[in-house]
Amino acid sequence: MLEDKDRIFTNLYGMHDQTLAGAKARGHWDGTAALIEKGRGWAVEQVKESGLRGRGGAGFPTGLKWSFMPKESDGRPSYLVVNADESEPGTCKDREIMRHDPHTLIEGCLIAGFAMGAHACYIYIRGEYVRERETLQSAIDECYDAGLLGKDAAGSGWDFDLYLHHGAGAYICGEETALLESLEGKKGMPRMKPPFPAGAGLYGCPTTVNNVESIAVVPTILRRGADWFAGFGRPNNTGTKLFAISGHVNAPCVVEEAMSISFAELIERHCGGIRGGWDNLKAVIPGGSSVPCLPGKLMQEECIMDFDWLREQKSGLGTAAVIVMDQSTDIVKAIWRLSKFYKHESCGQCTPCREGTGWMMRVMDRLVTGEAEVEEIDMLLDVSTQVEGHTICALGDAAAWPIQGLIRHFRDEIEDRIKAARTGSVSAVAAE
Amino acid sequence: MSEPRRLIIDDTEIEVDSDLTIIQACEQAGIEIPRFCYHERLSIAGNCRMCLVEVVGGPPKPAASCAMQVRDLRPGPEGQPPIVRTNSPMVKEAREGVMEFLLINHPLDCPICDQGGECDLQDQAMAYGVEFSRFREPKRAVQDLDLGPLVGTAMTRCISCTRCVRFITEVAGVPELGQTGRGEDAEITSYLGRMLDSELQGNIVDLCPVGALTSKPYAFTARPWELTRTESVDVMDALGSNIRVDAKGREVMRILPRNHDGVNEEWLSDRSRYAWDGLRRQRLDKPYLRRKGNLVPVEWAEALSAVARALEEKGKVAGLVGDLAPVEAVFALKELLEGQGGVVECRTEGADLPPDNRSAYVGTARIEDIESAEAIMLIGTNPRAEAPVLNARIRKAWTRGSRIGLVGEAADLTYDYAHLGTGHDALNKLFDMDPGHAHGKETVVIIGMGALAGSGGAHALRDAMRYAEATESKFLVLHTAASRVGALDVGAAVDGGVNAALEGASVVFSLGADEVDVPEGSTVIYQGSHGDRGAHRADIILPAAAWTEENGLFVNTEGRPQLAMKAGFPPGDAKENWAILRALSAELGAPLPYDTLAGLRQRLIQKVPKLERIDQVPENAWQVVQAGDKEGEMQKEFGSAVVDHFLVNPVLRASPLMGDLQARARARTTGKLAAE
Amino acid sequence: MLRRLHAEQPESFAFTPANQAWAERQIAKFPEGRQASAIIPLLWRAQEQEGWLSRAAIEHVAAMLDLAYIRALEVATFYFMFQLQPVGSAAHVQVCGTTSCMICGAEDLIAVCKRKIAEFPHKVSEDGKFSWEEVECLGACSNAPMVQIGKDYYEDLTVERLAEIIDEFAEGKDPVPGPQNGRFASEPVSGLTSLDVREGERQRHNASVHLAVTLGDTVKRIDGN
Repeated sequence: MLEDKDRIFTNLYGMHDQTLAGAKARGHWDGTAALIEKGRGWAVEQVKESGLRGRGGAGFPTGLKWSFMPKESDGRPSYLVVNADESEPGTCKDREIMRHDPHTLIEGCLIAGFAMGAHACYIYIRGEYVRERETLQSAIDECYDAGLLGKDAAGSGWDFDLYLHHGAGAYICGEETALLESLEGKKGMPRMKPPFPAGAGLYGCPTTVNNVESIAVVPTILRRGADWFAGFGRPNNTGTKLFAISGHVNAPCVVEEAMSISFAELIERHCGGIRGGWDNLKAVIPGGSSVPCLPGKLMQEECIMDFDWLREQKSGLGTAAVIVMDQSTDIVKAIWRLSKFYKHESCGQCTPCREGTGWMMRVMDRLVTGEAEVEEIDMLLDVSTQVEGHTICALGDAAAWPIQGLIRHFRDEIEDRIKAARTGSVSAVAAE
Repeated sequence: MSEPRRLIIDDTEIEVDSDLTIIQACEQAGIEIPRFCYHERLSIAGNCRMCLVEVVGGPPKPAASCAMQVRDLRPGPEGQPPIVRTNSPMVKEAREGVMEFLLINHPLDCPICDQGGECDLQDQAMAYGVEFSRFREPKRAVQDLDLGPLVGTAMTRCISCTRCVRFITEVAGVPELGQTGRGEDAEITSYLGRMLDSELQGNIVDLCPVGALTSKPYAFTARPWELTRTESVDVMDALGSNIRVDAKGREVMRILPRNHDGVNEEWLSDRSRYAWDGLRRQRLDKPYLRRKGNLVPVEWAEALSAVARALEEKGKVAGLVGDLAPVEAVFALKELLEGQGGVVECRTEGADLPPDNRSAYVGTARIEDIESAEAIMLIGTNPRAEAPVLNARIRKAWTRGSRIGLVGEAADLTYDYAHLGTGHDALNKLFDMDPGHAHGKETVVIIGMGALAGSGGAHALRDAMRYAEATESKFLVLHTAASRVGALDVGAAVDGGVNAALEGASVVFSLGADEVDVPEGSTVIYQGSHGDRGAHRADIILPAAAWTEENGLFVNTEGRPQLAMKAGFPPGDAKENWAILRALSAELGAPLPYDTLAGLRQRLIQKVPKLERIDQVPENAWQVVQAGDKEGEMQKEFGSAVVDHFLVNPVLRASPLMGDLQARARARTTGKLAAE
Repeated sequence: MLRRLHAEQPESFAFTPANQAWAERQIAKFPEGRQASAIIPLLWRAQEQEGWLSRAAIEHVAAMLDLAYIRALEVATFYFMFQLQPVGSAAHVQVCGTTSCMICGAEDLIAVCKRKIAEFPHKVSEDGKFSWEEVECLGACSNAPMVQIGKDYYEDLTVERLAEIIDEFAEGKDPVPGPQNGRFASEPVSGLTSLDVREGERQRHNASVHLAVTLGDTVKRIDGN
């Protein structure tokens, strides 16, 4: 298990002093200039060696992503954009970083910005996080006042400006190119790739978009060494990770743990166990709303919380937002609510998602009440595969997967409900 | 720079420019990819997902072929050409899926939809759809918009391809349409129900792949399979836009653009598209004679002998060529009247253009040159009013980084320009500007009738040509009349221009010249199609065909001869222009030496060989004009050649629709002034 | 949901001088020629000033940024935090209804809103003080169920506590936001399992609550003063 001395986010709950002085006392902003002095290539290499994979859901290797940025400018500036549009249902980890450990993020921005040749960084925070924005902004102001940002940031010789920008209620802006569109003052409609942001991103300039957590862990990785970070978790799934557990556990929480921790240990150690005991566990969505749910028994007995294991189960680690559902849960309705979410959040740009999310939700409406034909389950599955992989961005996939997970693991329950509704209505007719 | 790349599309190996998108590469390979949102003249949206193809070795999902460039395809492990499949099971499944999604919320109202029979969705549903529906939910309904008198809407049919938004924003340059809301409730709309102002808005009807945007004036009047299609050219401005005239019986039902990269791409201005409305009204369908002050209908024989008598009276005869006359009629009129000792003049707006110097009355630039020009200087012209489609081409150059300058009346041209002054002084000052940025680059100088008409026109022309020479620019005279270049090509001009021609004329023969004032006291013979200004002043009226009712040659503003084709018959007793003149020559006892239009053309080409090569733009030898020394005549302010853009000729003036459009345009201008 | 502008609109809109100055600073955050980037913050400030977003405000902001009105309307209708109709004068209650909150009782919270405020979302209560809506995941899932009121999150809610909070707003009070079950932030309610803190060093409130308590502007209109 992870010990406090190996935790990166030492003020995750905000119980300690979160100002710059407090952050420095906890070891942040320590020798930042010296880290930068070791050079761009070194920083990128260290991050690569640490095995850090993007913490925003897709798990793309962070160091590799940075290495796509041009080494020499062709006249265009490079930008770092931090994706703080935390909106994936179940996910509430970046919020804790921004409001309670903002200096991990700010220092990370400076180092990451340097490592990709960016003199400017925009943090795009979701609009609903008003207090988080205010807290983060005052931390940024503190850093400017202390010379940690701006000209010759932190005495590193690197000029670096950090701007905080916010959204206004659109899940799709968590998709990196939609975020860039939004940052440019447009509707958050994803762009087609290629070109990828590293070639043409914000304002057509080379851009890297990283999740808050991915950036915030970087200073500690560089200070303590890639090997230290790589020492946690299984190969290809290294590091420490913020887990956000919600739903039917005795003590939901956000907590930093080692990657590849077992689900059982995570829940037992930090969440006070499953509500009503392990036998009461029905299903778990292990990585935020976009990943397919898994049955409780599998989660209890075998689950290793990392990218590879969950992928082998046709689910995913996603943002490590764990939604736990006990036997009292109407699982069909729980997944229907996600279908409603995706229908609500579809940007409406491309056909399969615009039309498919509404269709899937309406079929789900009827599956919740049982007013459907059994054949419609397969039809729904087919429609979901018609959306999946055919859209501009991954929202279409994200809308399809929860339904696929539901049908994969809980088809019986759906069928039972349809049958019950049918017999119920038959008897109702008979009674008349 | 782009380089050629080899790739394999469905077993066909081809080499294409690596800048091309896959959909374009497929076209080169002769493989049709279905699409709705993609349009080669608009930005790439990639939203319909109909054009998905399989990229072998790429991600395990299909790629949008409209958006992916050939350069982004990765070669095989040993450098083999990348493989694209357009007919694999993956692609078939994807297309069927997308088609189903497009159809679930699309109403099945094809029988009452004006797009029926020419609907992309209908066609592609036949090709890629399935014959049953699995969709059990209620269909979406969307509120219709009132976009004004031209574009009708049935927004429930909209598939959100955003072609209309992109056209209006990118090509027309007026951000009037957008997509509000999001998800399945996203709506294509104008700003809070405003009507469209764009003078190119009719094009969104063509672009709409379904029946969401339809032509209001054409609504429910015909089905495409009932129409006879005739490929022709437009004469509502001097651009010579290529059009297709669709007729039912003898009635023109609609006019659509045809693609011509060199002229109008595939756009058409609203006044050209909806001009057919004016073909049905105010038509001259009988010959008339003025008796006791009143025009009374007569038979052709009587009218022709009256004309012959008038011409034989040995007074001075002046022929005037109107804006819509085909070259053959001008040529015949010239031969006829010169045979009678008369003269013919075409420059009715008073521009002092030398008929013996084509580089001065046409120029040296082709319309296509505008697009690649790095700098464009506009002198005395408002291209948006004079030739809206050409203006869109200038805008295109501007969006690609071209710098635009204007000497003349300031106006909203839909792009930014440096306004360098309004009159001849400013034109002279251009020479003082540092032309360094233009040297060695492609640049174009465009001069319009605002600078050329009037007494200082010759000087303006000379100085504009000198400026073009100094900056090594190509030169283009932007005419406002479709007939003008052709008439100058046949030499329908006299020294001193229209004033000299009319001076002392006892008989004026007007070939549809409605835009000129004829002096009191002369006998006026009017040959034309519409009862407009010219006919009102006439003593004898000879009813003639309009441009959709006879074959005729027109030379556009860049000097490109093109053929307008007969799509129907002229109304009543009206006859083709050349035939009237031929009959008149017989009446005069001096028959013109041709009995057919073909014969006329042969003789025309003998006299003016450059008109033989249809659709070719001849090169014109550069020769800067001389002008008199009367420097005092320089214009202080270049005027505007076109005031009421929708009412520039008798056909348009006969159209109630154009009257409505003009009234709206005026109301907007006064509204704007009042608001300021 | 169809997003249309409200039927009744104010005649005009202008930023207060302080907000105007603030808006100009936002525009300056972005490179030359990229002022359109500031549209969301400006529209948001207009809403913070007036309570909701009117046509006049959209047009005012569009003009400030040299944008076509239709582009600004696209943005205003795309992002759901923009309230296109008037909201309750005391508070607009946004109940998170997505799965984590739903399985923890969000539907009961919605029932409270229906009972105490109005049957339908976006409808202002009879006394004009409140309105409510169900929103999608607000990103405080470990503290489910929760609502957003003004700038603040009220977390770990019960039906009773939400009813009380609404009543407190009705009385003009500013109930303390954050977890309502005695938790500090998102730590396990049963006690810390990591990041131990010595008594006496512990902050009084988590950062969000600290700001709310210090500034007292949970539901205050932002006029810059």
